[in-house]
Amino acid sequence: MNAIYLSDPIARRSLLEEIRCEFLRLARAPSFVVPTLLFPVMFYVLFGIVLAGGKATTFQAAHYMLGTYCVFGVMAPSLFGFGVTVAMERDEGLLALKRALPMPPANLVLAKLGMAMAFAAIIFALLATVGSTFGGVRLGLDQWLALATVCLCGVLPFCAIGLLLGALLSPQGAPAAINLLYLPMAFLSGLWVPVFLLPKPMMMTAPLWPAYHLAQLAEAAIGQPHAGGVLGHVLVLALYALVAGHVAVRRLARVA
Amino acid sequence: MHPTSTIVAALDAVRKRYGHVVALDGLDLAVRRGEVYALLGPNGAGKTTTLSLLLGLTAPDAGRVTLFGRSPHDLEARRRIGVMLQSAALPEALHVLDLIRLVRSYYPTPRTVADIAALAGITAILDRPYAKLSGGQQRRVQFALALCGEPELLFLDEPTVGLDTESRQAFWTTIRTLVGNGCAVILTTHYLEEAEALADRVGVIAQGRLFAEGSVDAIRSRVGQRQIRCLSRLSAEVAGAWPDVRLARRDGDWLTIHTPAPERVLRELLAADVDLRELEVRRAGLAEALGEITREAA
Repeated sequence: MNAIYLSDPIARRSLLEEIRCEFLRLARAPSFVVPTLLFPVMFYVLFGIVLAGGKATTFQAAHYMLGTYCVFGVMAPSLFGFGVTVAMERDEGLLALKRALPMPPANLVLAKLGMAMAFAAIIFALLATVGSTFGGVRLGLDQWLALATVCLCGVLPFCAIGLLLGALLSPQGAPAAINLLYLPMAFLSGLWVPVFLLPKPMMMTAPLWPAYHLAQLAEAAIGQPHAGGVLGHVLVLALYALVAGHVAVRRLARVA
Repeated sequence: MHPTSTIVAALDAVRKRYGHVVALDGLDLAVRRGEVYALLGPNGAGKTTTLSLLLGLTAPDAGRVTLFGRSPHDLEARRRIGVMLQSAALPEALHVLDLIRLVRSYYPTPRTVADIAALAGITAILDRPYAKLSGGQQRRVQFALALCGEPELLFLDEPTVGLDTESRQAFWTTIRTLVGNGCAVILTTHYLEEAEALADRVGVIAQGRLFAEGSVDAIRSRVGQRQIRCLSRLSAEVAGAWPDVRLARRDGDWLTIHTPAPERVLRELLAADVDLRELEVRRAGLAEALGEITREAA
């Protein structure tokens, strides 16, 4: 669906404008930007550095939690940025108008995806700075790059899930419903408390959640304890992205 | 018949159902280059479905929909249209100029921002956030977005809802200018005076089919009805019981009668009320004609 951007300069120019508008829209909405950027950092400082620092833990809390809070951080702009916005734009007829106008169809998803990745990059940079400055996190350059890659590519399955929720939910119900998914998934995937410290039944269900697989990839990237092979986690995440994205696009083509 | 090259948008024997509801039941319709075509009909008649099909928002169950001879999903075809939908909440945080820049970027040879702003009358509000505009100003911005591409075909869905009389007149003037430059318009409206003021042709949709089509005058004359109006003390019930009276109604002191045989009814009327004043007889307007046509359809 993206070949058009290679062959058609109008499509390319319109994608840049679309990204610009998406950026302006978010930049002028501090109620979205501030919590999305600050919550993961605040939680990381509290649970990964301040509270963990006092105890004689056997594993490197600040290192391990850097991985999980990166995942926690990139989930929010993907799930909420897609879910709430798409639900709103669908309900208010903006999606129908843009589909009727000669907007290249992929513009909508790519502009939002670009924003989600920009947020992921900022959140990674903030957490990395805090971790290395106050948490004593020391990583090799290859490990930093690997973690950054996990963060940037990790937005894909959550953007797809967000898009699906945005295609299904009403704009009034979307924020609450997405929180209802986001927060339990974060907990059950071991983003707040390491998954091996969770009660056994919860630990068993962790592999159902995409966030668990992304967290395992993040830990693998920075040499922290993790379960399962990298390829397996990537496949599960790709499956989530493809299935949710496919259903969402079909659904949106019908309703909008 | 017209050569196909002059047809800018067409539906051929189109059927569309939503669940058990038949929205369009074999609709044929063709809009020609440079004409204003008004799509009229009661709510639920299929106007919105017709527009959605032409804009590629939904696909027909049967039949063929074309835009400039291509599929409405074809980006090349859609680059020749402009669209103003009935309800589209634009992003509130964006300024008017941002919105225009964005929509201009969808077109190969867009109008200049200055031209767009002047045509839609929004030059003074270009740097204001969309959320801060009045309802009428927002409507004008939506109209401006429809003009960005210098379209050959403009879709206007209830364009003047929420505009005051003055803005509506200004809007009509702009439409006439655009049409003068060769732009075709497909218009849906609840304001029949809008169709009377703008439309070259009117299509009346009822129950998912095209029930009547032609110039405003032709549609009006399809209805043999005349409207008789006078100040009279006769009750609507008495007048309503006369032969040939289709409808009798009182508004205060005024009595209004619709009939296909005004001469006979007038004789009855003058005999029944020797004191009646202010008598007038006129051809039914588009509203009466539509009422008649859709009653026939039902």
